[in-house]
Order: sequence, then C-alpha cells, then structure tokens
Amino acid sequence: MATTANKLPGADYFTLGDKVADTKAPAGPIEKKWSQRQFGAKLVNPANRRKLTVIIVGTGLAGGAAAASLGEAGYNVLNFCYQDSPRRAHSIAAQGGINAAKNYRNDNDSTYRLFYDTVKGGDYRARETNVYRLAEVSANIIDQCVAQGVPFAREYGGLLDNRSFGGVQVQRTFYARGQTGQQLLIGAYQALERQIAAGTVKEYTRHEMLELIVADGRARGIVTRDMVTGEIETWLADAVVLATGGYGNVFFLSTNAMGSNVTASWRAHRKGAYFANPCYTQIHPTCIPVHGETQSKLTLMSESLRNDGRIWVPKKVEDCEKDPREIPEEDRDYYLERIYPSFGNLVPRDIASRQAKNMCDEGRGVGPAVKERDHDGNEKMVRRGVYLDFSEAIERLGKDAVAARYGNLFDMYAQITGENPYETPMRIYPAVHYVMGGLWVDYDLESSIPGLYVAGEANFSDHGANRLGASALMQGLADGYFVLPNTINDYLADALKFDTVDESHPAVIEALDAVTERVEKLLSIQGTRTVDSFHKELGHIMWEYCGMERTEEGLKIAIDKIDALRDEFWSNVKVTGVNEDFNQTLERAGRVADFIELGRLMCVDALHRKESCGGHFRAESQTEDGEALRHDDQFLYAAAWEYTGTGEKPVLHKEDLVYEAIELKQRSYK
Amino acid sequence: MNITLRVWRQANAQSEGRMVTYQVQDVSEDMSFLEMLDLLNEDLTLKGEEPVAFDHDCREGICGMCGVVINGTAHGRGNSPVATTTCQLHMRSFSDGAVIDVEPWRAGAFPVIKDLVVDRSAFDRIIQAGGYVSVNTGAAPEAHANAVSKLKADRAFDAATCIGCGACVAACPNHSGMLFTAAKITHLAMLPQGQPERPLRVKKMVGEHDALGFGGCTNIGECAAVCPKEIPLDTISQLNRDLIASLFKRDGK
Repeated sequence: MATTANKLPGADYFTLGDKVADTKAPAGPIEKKWSQRQFGAKLVNPANRRKLTVIIVGTGLAGGAAAASLGEAGYNVLNFCYQDSPRRAHSIAAQGGINAAKNYRNDNDSTYRLFYDTVKGGDYRARETNVYRLAEVSANIIDQCVAQGVPFAREYGGLLDNRSFGGVQVQRTFYARGQTGQQLLIGAYQALERQIAAGTVKEYTRHEMLELIVADGRARGIVTRDMVTGEIETWLADAVVLATGGYGNVFFLSTNAMGSNVTASWRAHRKGAYFANPCYTQIHPTCIPVHGETQSKLTLMSESLRNDGRIWVPKKVEDCEKDPREIPEEDRDYYLERIYPSFGNLVPRDIASRQAKNMCDEGRGVGPAVKERDHDGNEKMVRRGVYLDFSEAIERLGKDAVAARYGNLFDMYAQITGENPYETPMRIYPAVHYVMGGLWVDYDLESSIPGLYVAGEANFSDHGANRLGASALMQGLADGYFVLPNTINDYLADALKFDTVDESHPAVIEALDAVTERVEKLLSIQGTRTVDSFHKELGHIMWEYCGMERTEEGLKIAIDKIDALRDEFWSNVKVTGVNEDFNQTLERAGRVADFIELGRLMCVDALHRKESCGGHFRAESQTEDGEALRHDDQFLYAAAWEYTGTGEKPVLHKEDLVYEAIELKQRSYK
Repeated sequence: MNITLRVWRQANAQSEGRMVTYQVQDVSEDMSFLEMLDLLNEDLTLKGEEPVAFDHDCREGICGMCGVVINGTAHGRGNSPVATTTCQLHMRSFSDGAVIDVEPWRAGAFPVIKDLVVDRSAFDRIIQAGGYVSVNTGAAPEAHANAVSKLKADRAFDAATCIGCGACVAACPNHSGMLFTAAKITHLAMLPQGQPERPLRVKKMVGEHDALGFGGCTNIGECAAVCPKEIPLDTISQLNRDLIASLFKRDGK
C-alpha cells in the first residue's frame, strides 16, 4: 500500500510504497553466488530453444552480444535497432578502454579489487552481488573479444598492453588506441552477423520500438514503427530484452549519439517497469567546450588523456584571457594535483567534473565566454573551460610518443576546434556522458515486469552513483555475452507452458492502438514551435537545475518548468509530413515527448535524495571543504520508481543496499 | 557566413529527384556541416516545408551513419587538409557566400530511400558472407594463448578502423565496394584467430560483393582518397593476394 511520505524530502511530489528486493542472488559467500546461480537456474533443452522467441531491442555491446549469444544457443531471436545497421550503435563511440581483472601487470589486481574499486567508485550505491559478478566475468570478456579478432593494443612481445584509468591505482584497462568501443562493437556485430547468416537471428534495422506489450502480467512483445515506410507493427515473443542504452540526451547536449533516446525504457516504465535512480547522471570531465547556441552535440576526449595531460586554470582572473603559453608556471593552478595529491589528475569523473565547474564558477575558466542565465533569470557571461596541457608530457616523452598514444584524439580536437593541441593546451569542460540510472533489474537482469530483461546502460545495476572509466564496455559485454545467456533460460524454461498470445489478444490491440493514436496526435497539433526548440529548452532546464549541482529550490523550479513545457509541447509542437514516410521530425517528436516525462522523474528523484553521492551533488549536503557528503543512515538504498500516470505522483520503492563483502566508507581521493 | 545550398530532394526510391536551392543565413564557422543542415531544417520546418532527410547519429566521426557528397566529393572536404566524415567537416572549411552542392551517395548497390538517405544494407550482407571469426560465446581460449606480432596487430587495427560509411563506393567510378571488403579481409588475415577461415572468407565475401551489384576494382584509388579512416589502398592488394592463394586451397571448393 502506498502511504504519504511526509517525512522524506520532496514528499509532496511522490508517495512511498513497499520495499523492493532482489530475490535471485543465492545466499552464501559472494564469490560463490554466480556459480550457484548458474547451477540453480532452470535450463532449456537445446531442442526446445528454437521454439522460443526472444526479442532484443538494441544492437550495442549489450544487445548485440546478447543477440549473438542467444542465437548461438539456438533461440529464435528478433533483433531491432533504429539505425541503418547494427554496427552504428553508440557503444561504437567509446574511446578509452575496457577493464578486466587479469592482473597481467602483476600489480595486486584481482577480481575482488575490481569489485572493490567499482563499488567504491560508485560511492556505495550499487548492488554488491551484481558488481562482484561483473568483476568475475571481466576476464572472460577479454578472452572472447581476442578470439573474435578484436585488435587490442599489444606490446612488442605480442601480448596485450594495459593502461590505467581514472579512479584506480592499477593498470587493468585493455584498449585499442582511442577506438576501443568501436573495435569491441565490431566484434559483437560480426558475431551477430554470423548468426543472422545462420538464420538464428532476424535483424530489423530502421525499426523503432514505440511500445511494450504486457499480456497477462508478462512482457510478450513490442510495437515498432518502420522508419522507412511508417508501418506500425506488433512483434510477439516469449521474453523481451531491452538493451537500448542511456538517456543522456534528456540534456539535449551530451556526448550521446543524436538518436540515443529513452523511449523504449520509458514505454516499459509506463507499463510497470520500475525506473531506478534516474537522477544519477555522469558528467564526463574531458569534453570539448560548447561553441555556441546552434551546437547539436558535445564531443568527448577520452579520459585516458588525464594519464599524461595536466589540468589547470590561471591563478589570477585577469590571466584568463591570455594566451596560456604566456602564463608562467607559478601563476598556474594545477587544482586537481593541489586538492587531491594522491590521485591528482586521475580522480574519478564526478570529482574532476565538479572541480572544473567550481573553477569556472570562481571566474577562473578559460576560452570564450558563453551566455548563461542564473536562477533569477539574469544573463551573465561565463568562461566554461579549463586547460588540459600536454607540454610537460611532450617534453618528457617526445612528441612522437604522445602522438602514438593520443594521436587520433589530438586530430579530432584539432578538427573540431581549429586549434593545434601539440602547441596550445586543449580546452575541456564537463559534459553529460552516461547515466547510471535505468530500469530496475534483479540479479538475473529481469525487471519488475516478468519476462522483461534489461541489459547494459539501460539498466541501473552495476555502477551505483558514479561509473568508473572503462567500466561501461565491461558491463555491456558482461550482460550480453555472459549474464543474460545464463539467466534468461530460468524464465524461458517455463515459457512453453504460457498461454498463447496472438494479434487478437486485447493487450496487443491496445498497445497497437496506443501507438497509432499517439502518432496521429503528434501530427495533428501543427503548432508553431519546432521539436528541437522544445528539446533545447528541456536541456537547459535539466542542465541548470539537475546538472552537476542540485538544490531543493532549483529542483522544484525545474519541476514546474517541465510541467509547463509538457503542456506547451502537446499543444504547440509542429511536426511536418505524414506517418507513412521516412519522417525524422516525427521520430524526434516522440522521443522528446518521452524525455520531458523522464526529466520530471529525474528531478523528483534528485529532490528526494537529500545527500551527495557520486554524480549526484546536492549543495545542501557537503563537507566543510566542499566535498560530497553521503548520508548512509537515510539513503543507503536504490530508489525504484513506479509510474502512476502523467503528472501523477510516482511511487517510491526502496531497495536496501546490503554490503556484506565490503566495508562502507566515505570516499577519499586525497 | 551566408551559404547557398543546392540539395538533392527525392521523395522516395520510386520518384524522380532534383536539386533544390536554399539560402542559409548566419552560419558560424564553428558549426559542423550537419549543424548547418540542422539550421536549414529548423527554418524549413517553421515555414511548413518538409526538412531535408539525412542520415547521422554519433556526430563524432565513428558510427559511419552520416555521409553525403559535397561539391562532388564523398563526405566533402572544403579547404580542409584531411579527409573526414561529413559530421566532422566544419564550416570554417568553406568561405562566406559559398555555393555548395549536396547529394546522396550514388551507387546501384545503395538505392536512395529519401533525399540524402541511402540504403547501405548491402555492406551488412558482405559481412554476413564471412566477415567474422566463428567462435561461440564461452568457447574462447585465454587471451594470451596466442601472441601476435605488434606489426601485424597494428596492420590489423589500421584495417579494422573502417566505419562502413560507404564513401569508398560513392567515390569509385565503378561503384566498387572493394576497399570496404578488403579492410575486413586484411583485418582478420593479419591475426592468428582469422587463419582457419581465411581462404574461405575471401572467396565468400568477394562472391557476395559481386552478387550484390558492386562494381569491380580497377585500381583507381578514389576510395582511399576519400576514406575518413584512411584505410590504405594496399588492403585491396592483400585481398587479391588472399583471393588468388585461396584458389589453390581446398577450403570451400
């Protein structure tokens, strides 16, 4: 029963429901849980697998790997993506690397240490059983990828090279120049294409999922729109997997691909899947700063640059306009090295980002001043950039060695900014990059809707409140290659006994009608504002009030603004063209409508969590020296939200986080 | 900057297309080419006209989804010294008042879907024909079981950076997809994991390439000149060597 949550912050905006808990991880020591679960899960006889259909939405590392692996296992897989080829999924843009506990460097690494670093890096807001399993299968991922022909960086002896990444003190990151995501995705894509050729996987490109079909309490299919013909179709299955990535584009400007969206997850949420920790957003510290108001996306510069680049701002405000090469050493503030002497430039992402913001808020930012509005609506000009300087590395290693490590990143920077980073320091600023929040799943990756599984960035499970570098690729592939193929069978083992669902089932008809009706509504409004103008306005609201620093006052303002924006959207958006055509405006309109609803939930979640943890920094909760202050006594839980209707109060279901294998500590990188 | 665009508009695969002229005002030199098209599309939308359809996604030069022919060059170049994807081409590479022609990839194997959008699924089918190592999930040996010489690993990597954008086909007078095919052949041929299927792979992939209607390679080199990832032309030599060698192997005969 839902009761009024009158004691909790922001209680006017939600109601408190029953607690939720994972029931699938077996009891016993943490290092035995995964093998116990694999043994305990029900199996599907190989001869029965081809009688079972699994829908997988998304073709990135999680979706592509799952589709290939379940196809190999013999299931009948239907795989969907909105792009023109599965190889385009945005996993491809990940640059830096993938972690694995191989201990090839003989530097004290182990499964337990990778687990420990990930839980600590996530500021003790991740579920420890899932994270331990992630660390456990990490080594298998590298083996699998090498066997597929992924060309990881190698040393002259022919063995794999490693580097270190932010937030850890061991070298466990495997990489393929600055294109690790691309190479891993191509590996998964090739495995997937092999299964398509074998007939076990049917691939549907340029198909966007617009609704989940829940029949008799189980996820039994999806509704898609063919993005070329506009045809709205239903697809039925025994289980549905969403591997649809993150929702960082709620901020309009992010490092995500232009098409990345929340629609599949949000539609599932509206059908009963809990959405967990939506406010946990990762703002990546090393991105190319915003150039102007017509900018459509932000570009990340790999975090690996922090291994050799030194981050600084001028000590004096009056130096900020100067050519950085003319600012003498003693007038530079290498602020990360100053504040965090033991981790220096390699502090975790949330910390590096917030300190960059602090420096710019102090007026010591560099680069062009951009227009901003404060809470009272006053315009001001602020320089949003800090230097990432390689002059010391070039002196120490030589230009060629620096080019060998980071050449493609330097070229990319030069192409975008027109500046040469070998000669002048790069300018960087944080940008939205990844979301730790997502649909709530249990140990099996099953959501709160039976038969609906969620993998990769789309779920919430492994990164807590902050994700460490090189862990997203690890999680996507872990979920797709090794977790789902060993858990979904437990559900599918009973699927042959389920009642048949066909096109005439009321739930199928209802889902199909809902999609058609929504598309017609979007096309019929014919207002005066473009879809992008709404998206940009939403992005401004989210960045200002639900970005790197959040306050109670600001979040309440944001919720009011989002409510007003939603009303205006549904009465004044202009969508050109018709449904029965290739119509990119219509595609975007549906996505923005869902982002608006998600944005509101993110603000409610941020409002209720009156503590600072990881990527969620509440100004009211900080230590005397401005560091994030957690409140484990009140907030040691994952917040799983249940949808109750547009504009209605969502219901909060808390999942208590239990740490048996790890000791809870306040993070310190000093 | 003010730009005059002449853009290919085509309602669908069946209809005839034509070039349509548009003026785009207040273009900043820091904008990418696609952001300039966004600006045009916002303007068209407000006027109640249909925006120009074009494919794009990551906008950082890695997904391979974007690509149009700009002033006759696949992905376009302006006065930029390096080959890029369209999304990484910036307006500072053009001058104020420029007249820019924008067209879709033109090749029989890539039919137009709408305006600047083409169907490149033929590339997926070439990969399906054999562009993989047959290893099921879970069957992999320890990663260090095979050492790979750094030289070969680097060469594999150089070929593996192909993003499948299709510029090579659009630039080729024969509309050949040989650079794309050769990149995959070379990537897997350099690695020990690629050896067991090497002779069969090249036969099947080249066979599929030809069956899909791509033209033959006559060593013109336009493909490598526009390739945003600088896939070297000698990958095609590698493909030809492997193809000839495969004819003397029993695999797949």
